[in-house]
Amino acid sequence: MKPTTGKIIGVSGNMVTVSVDGNIMQNEVAYIIKGNERLKSEIVRIGDGVAFLQVFESTKGLTIGDDVEFSGQLLSVQLGPGLLKQIYDGLQNPLPELAEEFGFFLPRGVEFKPLDETKKWPFTPAAKVGDTVIAGQSLGSVPEGIFDHQIMVPFTMKGEFTVEEVAKAGDYSIVENIARIKDEKGKTHNITMSFRWPVKIAIEAYKEKIVPNDPLVTQARIIDTFFPVAKGGTFCIPGPFGAGKTVLQHVLSRYSQVDIVIVAACGERAGEVVELLREFPELEDPRTGKTLMDRTIIICNTSSMPVAAREASVYTAVTLGEYYRQMGLDVLLMADSTSRWAQAMRELSGRLEEIPGEEAFPAYLESRIAEFYERSGLVELSNGKVASLTIGGTVSPAGGNFEEPVTQATLKVVGAFLGLSRDRANARRFPSIHPLESWSKYKSFIDPEEIAASRVMLQRGNDVGQMMMVVGEEGTSNDDFQLYLKGEFLDNVYLQQNSFDNVDAGTSKERQQYVFNMVNRVLKTDFQLDDKEKARGFFNHLRQLFIDWNYIAMDSAEFKAQENAIDTLIKENSGNEKGL
Amino acid sequence: MRKVYNKILSISGNVITVKASNVGYEELAEITTQRGKSLAQVIKLDNDLVSLQVFAGSRGVSVSDEIQFLGHPMQVTFSDNMLGRIFDGAGNPRDKGPQLTDNMIEVAGPSVNPAKRIIPKRMIRTNIPMIDIFNSLVVSQKLPIFSVSGEPYNELLARIALQAEVDMIILGGIGLKYDEYMKFKNTLEEGGALSRSIFFMNTASDPIVESLMVPDLSLAVAEKFALKGKDVLVLLSDMTNFADAMKEIAITMEQVPSNRGYPGDLYSQLAARYEKAVDFEGAGSITVLAVTTMPGDDVTHPVPDNTGYITEGQFYLHHGSIDPFGSLSRLKQQVNDPKSSRKDHRAIMDGMIQLYAQFIETEEKRSMGFRMSNWDQKLLKYGEQFKAQMMNLTVNIPLEKALDRGWEILADCFTTDETRMRTELINEFWPKN
Repeated sequence: MKPTTGKIIGVSGNMVTVSVDGNIMQNEVAYIIKGNERLKSEIVRIGDGVAFLQVFESTKGLTIGDDVEFSGQLLSVQLGPGLLKQIYDGLQNPLPELAEEFGFFLPRGVEFKPLDETKKWPFTPAAKVGDTVIAGQSLGSVPEGIFDHQIMVPFTMKGEFTVEEVAKAGDYSIVENIARIKDEKGKTHNITMSFRWPVKIAIEAYKEKIVPNDPLVTQARIIDTFFPVAKGGTFCIPGPFGAGKTVLQHVLSRYSQVDIVIVAACGERAGEVVELLREFPELEDPRTGKTLMDRTIIICNTSSMPVAAREASVYTAVTLGEYYRQMGLDVLLMADSTSRWAQAMRELSGRLEEIPGEEAFPAYLESRIAEFYERSGLVELSNGKVASLTIGGTVSPAGGNFEEPVTQATLKVVGAFLGLSRDRANARRFPSIHPLESWSKYKSFIDPEEIAASRVMLQRGNDVGQMMMVVGEEGTSNDDFQLYLKGEFLDNVYLQQNSFDNVDAGTSKERQQYVFNMVNRVLKTDFQLDDKEKARGFFNHLRQLFIDWNYIAMDSAEFKAQENAIDTLIKENSGNEKGL
Repeated sequence: MRKVYNKILSISGNVITVKASNVGYEELAEITTQRGKSLAQVIKLDNDLVSLQVFAGSRGVSVSDEIQFLGHPMQVTFSDNMLGRIFDGAGNPRDKGPQLTDNMIEVAGPSVNPAKRIIPKRMIRTNIPMIDIFNSLVVSQKLPIFSVSGEPYNELLARIALQAEVDMIILGGIGLKYDEYMKFKNTLEEGGALSRSIFFMNTASDPIVESLMVPDLSLAVAEKFALKGKDVLVLLSDMTNFADAMKEIAITMEQVPSNRGYPGDLYSQLAARYEKAVDFEGAGSITVLAVTTMPGDDVTHPVPDNTGYITEGQFYLHHGSIDPFGSLSRLKQQVNDPKSSRKDHRAIMDGMIQLYAQFIETEEKRSMGFRMSNWDQKLLKYGEQFKAQMMNLTVNIPLEKALDRGWEILADCFTTDETRMRTELINEFWPKN
């Protein structure tokens, strides 16, 4: 069948209108032909004989009458071994390869193969002739870094299949056939190690979705203890500029205890991605001994790259996440920033002259955000394994005000809200997650009653602090003052964490449980401190000991020694230790 | 010879519409009116209707004026002959020098592949302690100066231009007042820096559409020089005028506004310019310093707000000095560690700011009538010295002198342990007498 073609009849920004001569479908990919360049674009609206395309590249120089070719395919990504360690743009073009070919600048109208088709992978078959398989089931595997990359029946294939042939163990490229399977009607299909999947459609080749319950250990104390994230859950990090979103995001992608991390740098500064690009290949992943890059995929569509591809980049990222989840792995997707993605939608909506909603965001903003986060989840696969995709998105609210459409729409659908505060950032209290305003619906690995009690302490300490601003220290009772110091103590030694210190940056679950007990003991002790000067001195000393303790590796001898010093100091100053 | 059109269908704001064929998106045209010739740029194609924004404005354009399409998008000349020259927002000379037409290059070219970027590592010394010590400027950084009308932001920009260790300076003036333009010119001339500078100057009395071109022209030329190995400092003042010009065109084109009338793509448009800042591996670099005036001193206004999300920090200019608190250079960590700078750099930076923060608290307490303790008195003395000898913008000393001065101030006001400095540093740097 001859592919549908068309001709440009209008250009406005990255929106092009095309008159069409045949069959087209919504969200189909089209190419605008301009000399040697093929500009990738996507149909976003269809009128009477007219298609509206959002172009993923600069539209400079396009002319009325330019030819357009429709592909008949939805916007999709290629899945298969070799995705890990890659750095892609929003449309899955490998950036290092582009750089090798074209140098400093990103070329227009060029598409590169996302996966190396010449590389040979050592394939180990798992399925046997005669087996019945369905989409998502493994036919065999190849080693990809530290993982066994499952070669699965493509998710696009519906129904049951009988395995007719499986390749023998050996080296194959992703374009060679490794199996032949027969469908219920007797038609045979050749299977390679790679296939394509449309990014805007969720992969659901699993048995069922289950409720996320187990905590995902991020090694950030304030998150794991107070505002935990569950494996397969969702969370958002809204914050004004300068509040430390990016550093927090880097810390999470570095220390989170998951198998695979996908970073979607969506419309943010290129410089920040460069830090990941240059540092991750150097940093060791303590769980595996390999570099962090070995478990990472970076999708990088920074702020000066074409805005329509920015819109696609989060979908590309989540699709890759779902793909690795299908192999039984725990995946964390960090999207920075979902506001830029929402702005890309707003730009498109404006060009389409749709009736605007609040702050000119389109009316479907909320449903799109919900749809995106709903692609996370803990699932049981057809082989009984449980796997997860956790999604965390940063939000960059205009003016740092959370009462704006993107933050609000996100809060409706996420399980944890880690709100960053400019005041805390200015006071250099990092991570600047606000301990009184943030919340999480997931369960922490620390007793919820203890956490509730310490949050009350934090709240009351804060109240006393507020009051002291008005009445001064002189007007505050000794008991209240101690409460205030305890709140500050909890904040200083536990909630705050130094992401630039090798030990303190990541606190394991065991260590958190251990240290929290000690902190809690301080919070519950009535100290014999008759005057404020003495109280302040004592807490300053205690704080210093604790902070030093945080910097000592848990398996070292100094750790125990420091603990003893803290214990002694507490005992010397306490009248009665309640609850111990 | 390209076809000449002489039937304008509509004129609305600075946007005209003609019927024409075979026209490229963003192509340039030349329009001849009774006021002379002006460039115009295609901003919309709709079948055979072509909308153009007229650089010189639509005032005096008649419906029968001649329009000739040039067959190429916006370009600018690029050669060493540009040094010391002053151009307008359309790229024409505004000094008395000759028109330069050789080696035309495209403006607003493609963006740099993130995989080719490198982590910036070189400090740009400005001899302003508030920058060099506390928020170091780094090669390839993009940094705005957030300020309000009436503050000496252009003076600050001119001083940085004069003193910064760079190969050349490109100044983009966007809606500048004429006297500010002359001040820039005179300052650089007196400082002997004009011969390594290029101006793209759009003053408040020049056409507003031309102001939209200024950042693109400046950055396109900067990019070419950087690729030839030059370290280029691009100064833009004032980016709020740039955003306002975009707003004007967007409203004329009946685009749906997003926030306070600004177009929905404000962030992307600003980012496309700021992200041109780069350090090319094996070649030169572009560093961008831009003034953003905050209407009503409101940092949540869409222009400073979007800018803050794009740039790598910001300098707040308040009451004639760089504010030590809100100001931030996100890249300073790359250049102020003991390996790249003097080993007391970070300690002085953190220590002096913490003490200054305590001074501010003490001042608040004093204004509320609380009694001043001995410690408070020390802080008050320290705060005054810090303001006079560090924050004052007339202070003009190299980084090492500024660090020494920091120690002198500390020694003058405090005992060693009150400063919370590490003993090792105190032994080495604390003034002996």
